[in-house]
Amino acid sequence: MKSHILALYNDMEEAALVLDELNTTKLPGFSMKDVVIKSPIEHPELSEKLGKRPVYVQLFTLMGVLLGPITGLTLVASAQASFIYQIRGGRPVVPIPPDMVLTYEFFILSGVLMTVVGCFIGWKLPGNRSPLYNTRVSEDKIGILVKAESSAIPFLHEVFKKHHSLEILGEEK
Amino acid sequence: MSQMINHDIPDDHEIQIEKKFIPKDLDIDKDISWARINKDVLRSLDRPRPIFWVIFFAALALFSFGVYCEKYQYDNGLGVADLNNPQVWGLYIATFIFWIGMGHSGTLLSALLHIIHADWRKPIYRYAEAMTTFSLLTAALFVLIHLGRVWQFYYVVAYPNERWVWPNFSSPLVWDATAIGTYLTSSLLFLYTGMVPDLAICRDNATGARKKLYTFLSLGWQGTDRQWSTFRVTYMTLACFLMPLAVSVHSIVSTDFAVSQNPGWHITSFPPYFVAGALYSGCAVIITLFILLRYVFRFEAYMTMPILNKLIKMTFAIAMVWNYLNLIEYSTVWYGDNMIAKQQLLDKMTGTYAPVFWGMVFCSTVMPFTLLIRFVRTHLPTLMVVSLILNFGMWLERVQIITPTFGHSQYPWTWTSGWWPSWVQFGIVAGSFGWFTMLFMLYCKIFPTISMYEVKEMVHDQGKMLKAKKVA
Repeated sequence: MKSHILALYNDMEEAALVLDELNTTKLPGFSMKDVVIKSPIEHPELSEKLGKRPVYVQLFTLMGVLLGPITGLTLVASAQASFIYQIRGGRPVVPIPPDMVLTYEFFILSGVLMTVVGCFIGWKLPGNRSPLYNTRVSEDKIGILVKAESSAIPFLHEVFKKHHSLEILGEEK
Repeated sequence: MSQMINHDIPDDHEIQIEKKFIPKDLDIDKDISWARINKDVLRSLDRPRPIFWVIFFAALALFSFGVYCEKYQYDNGLGVADLNNPQVWGLYIATFIFWIGMGHSGTLLSALLHIIHADWRKPIYRYAEAMTTFSLLTAALFVLIHLGRVWQFYYVVAYPNERWVWPNFSSPLVWDATAIGTYLTSSLLFLYTGMVPDLAICRDNATGARKKLYTFLSLGWQGTDRQWSTFRVTYMTLACFLMPLAVSVHSIVSTDFAVSQNPGWHITSFPPYFVAGALYSGCAVIITLFILLRYVFRFEAYMTMPILNKLIKMTFAIAMVWNYLNLIEYSTVWYGDNMIAKQQLLDKMTGTYAPVFWGMVFCSTVMPFTLLIRFVRTHLPTLMVVSLILNFGMWLERVQIITPTFGHSQYPWTWTSGWWPSWVQFGIVAGSFGWFTMLFMLYCKIFPTISMYEVKEMVHDQGKMLKAKKVA
């Protein structure tokens, strides 16, 4: 059965040492994929130690910028085409140049909306939150959360303590 | 930890290095602790200075008067506003452009400065973005108000329909409604997304109803590495979208005029002229609000003088661009062969609306030069007055675009020399300022106006920079 353990650190250097040690550890029931950093600001230096964790927001953005103008132009043109029986005085039913303005706005709007949707999906929010949290990680501390087999927890506890953790929280799932 | 403590006590050698390498005026104190940043910003949500309530209730009173004027106009028709052919827009559309312009700067500058990694934006961008949102909401009111028949506002919205109502999709007014809707939605999402980490801080420190609100809005943010990396990509992408969007919105607003045949409006340089004007007025408002928030919420440690100085320099630069485009606009008419447009320009300078024109010249062209005086830049009450004058000048600019053209257009029999807006128009315009201020102050009382996590990043980066310099 896997359990969670969270350790808090005062600064980035201490947290980096913990991650370095965890990276070199070959412990049954533990993987670096199950390590999560919680911090008040982004620490790319620490995130790098966790290995590559791809972000998929751009795919949503791409989808948005492709769908937006197509949908926009279709909506506008279909609305104009519904007045095809009105006297147009020689003007086109669907005038392309002015419609480009609205198409452009739809392009941006759809891109923005899909990016935000992608972001929420990437955050896995709302819901699916990590089980252990300490409010001090939103202030000035760095938290290292690990999910591992119960057998590996005492070893992780020792590693955290060795690097001067301020507090260690555990919870069985 | 012990290493950190040692760094906190600089010896003489370190002080010498600091003097040599660190800029004279850091944007923010590098020794400010992260816990203090949280404490100071969260305190602003609880206990602002008493003047906060004075401003809020004054704004509420002004807004109430505006509501009374609107009701009076609603009951009696647009006649009470003295709106009739050819003066059909009056102060309403002039003020609409003013608010759209104000809304321009917040998001545009925030996005631009974020893309170029200008760190000094971090303590001030949040309120600038909020300013954008509330300015757009205020501007949208004028679209409704100037119609008279408020209930028929949906005629200007572009959407497919089968009701034999024909929104003219080739009309800039329809483009305008779509562009503003897009800008409002995008700005709101930009503001909200950037605020989520701070809402989590509020959640962790709040109690009662506020805790429920922040818990709901922070969506369970925990600051994990995955959340941060996703957040960074999202925020940068949104910033990249908002840059062209902001430019397109005010360009489209300018096409309301530029694609018409009216003298004084049919000018090629109108879109950049409008964008520059929008940035100019927005920057002036950002200075006003900077001084206001710094005092009301005791943000002296974050909204610092070096940051204000950068803001002033940027405002001055944009003011010069606007002046150049203004000059181009008049020169094009003056040296062109359109006699009607030339007559209209002369009438603007010497006719009924000459005080508006010369008032604009004084407030928006002459006054920016006072920003070159050190005393003005460093004495906050004086700077506040100057920024308000710049704003007033930009409002006059919008009035002098609209009213003189309607009053002195193609046909002499439509000339309306001596026309001035009625008290109802002035009342509604004043009410809009009350509405904006009320919403903005409420926002500042509920949501953090300084981005806590970004200020922490700023302090962190400055510390890193200092360390690197010491090693070097």
